[in-house]
Amino acid sequence: MMDFSKLKPARDVAIVGIGSTEFGEHWNKSLRELAGEAGSKALHDAKIDPEEIQLLVGGNMSGGMFVGQEHGAGLFADYLGINPKPSMRTEAACASGSVAARVGFMAVASGMYDVVAVGGAEKMTDVSGETATSVLAGAMDQENEAFHGLTFPGVYAFLANRHMHEYGTTREQIAMIPVKNHKNGSLNPIAHFKNKITVADVLGSALVSDPLRLLDCSPISDGAASIIMVPAEKAKDYSDNPIYIRASAQASDSLTVHDRRDITTLDATVWAAKEAYQRSGLTPKDINFAEVHDCFSINELIAYEDLGFAKKGEGGKLIESGDVEIGGRIPINTSGGLKAKGHPVGATGIAQLYELVEQLRGEAGKRQVDNARYGLAHNVGGSGATVVVHILSNER
Amino acid sequence: MPEFAVPFHWRNFRKRYSLIGSRCPVCGRYFYPERHICPVCKRTVKIEEVMFSGKGKVFTYTVVRVPPEGFKIYAPYIVAIIELEEGAKITGQVVDCDPGEIKIGMPVEAVFRKIRSEHESGIVLYGTKFKPAK
Ligand SMILES: [Zn+2]
Repeated sequence: MMDFSKLKPARDVAIVGIGSTEFGEHWNKSLRELAGEAGSKALHDAKIDPEEIQLLVGGNMSGGMFVGQEHGAGLFADYLGINPKPSMRTEAACASGSVAARVGFMAVASGMYDVVAVGGAEKMTDVSGETATSVLAGAMDQENEAFHGLTFPGVYAFLANRHMHEYGTTREQIAMIPVKNHKNGSLNPIAHFKNKITVADVLGSALVSDPLRLLDCSPISDGAASIIMVPAEKAKDYSDNPIYIRASAQASDSLTVHDRRDITTLDATVWAAKEAYQRSGLTPKDINFAEVHDCFSINELIAYEDLGFAKKGEGGKLIESGDVEIGGRIPINTSGGLKAKGHPVGATGIAQLYELVEQLRGEAGKRQVDNARYGLAHNVGGSGATVVVHILSNER
Repeated sequence: MPEFAVPFHWRNFRKRYSLIGSRCPVCGRYFYPERHICPVCKRTVKIEEVMFSGKGKVFTYTVVRVPPEGFKIYAPYIVAIIELEEGAKITGQVVDCDPGEIKIGMPVEAVFRKIRSEHESGIVLYGTKFKPAK
């Protein structure tokens, strides 16, 4: 394993503007309207005009399959008044947004550009639930997984059954995760779901893919989010409270789950986290709060272990301890997570950074984490072939 | 998913109709499906083609109750990761088994079965499933 602590970006990078739509079922808004709304809010937040933007990077998993629109970055650049500056789309399934943020980060860190807009958008509710399930299944191995009728809930059910088998993790422990995330989502004005639920609700909801039930699964949502990045040395010209990107890290693993070294771990999370900790000089103990990829309840539990917040096999104990609640030692998914805030796949990675920035600015209202200094975002593409980890701070 | 032209399926018939995988001559590990490079050793060597026996054990499983397009008439059905006796793992359905009976560690063997029909074109897709071993 290489040592990332010696690799220094040419410049530090800061976030000086954020924007997001509400997440949910937006029957009255198209993909371009959602992206336009989020981008426009980020420009207003940074108090800059579109003509100052030098590059647009947009994450979108499957505009082509969800609404028949490919080449979304070209559309949004025009819609946001960024032409003739360059635009590009990134795709890494549910990590498309974080990869866009990472490309934007690298563009500023390298000195190639000074003012970069990154974003993520997905419009998922214009197709039937069955079609959406099939489109999402496109992010797994078509010939060796999807061909056999496997679905994304099915993949994470594989992980859940094996984790329960190897470590004695209980169904009740796993059910506590969506309960916590709905509680947090109830405090978030832009969340898809603002209702609280109980462990009994989770365990009583319909089986989707045994042992996972409906309330273990993140919803199919529409939404978009955007952020503006500039070099850290110029950040104060744009914002009184810039937030600094202390690490941007990414790792890959086999797309096919059966080829993984260990099915109870996402190795790409372990590697990306290790890179992020090395680049930032921080350890898991330094992190004050995190947004993690709870596409399915079990994946948040596994992320506790893979990110170093719990020992391997002890994710169940961590959720039981209450440490991951707002007010606890390390609040996780203060936004409501993918489960309650919503999961418009291409937007999710940017939405996680949006929550980190609100918390680090001290603008998270009833969800505010006390003394928030270091926040971590963990975004998984598909079943873990791509994982991106960012660490942000309000200190440079 | 789009309705693909016949070659999309035709080119895969050999792989779908038999359990062909790879063996790395350096570390001896087996893989399914075939690969050109061993993901563990990552060396530029000639990978060997192997035919698996089809015998193995359930490593993990699920029962799909909300199926994707094309699988509605089969739901609920079991999909599992099978650890083959050679050591490679493979994903496939377990049939001739009640969803309440499936367990990690259960011995299974490969069977040749229909997977589904493709859209209106009516191409019938076949492949490997597994059933409980006697
Ligand atoms: Zn090898």
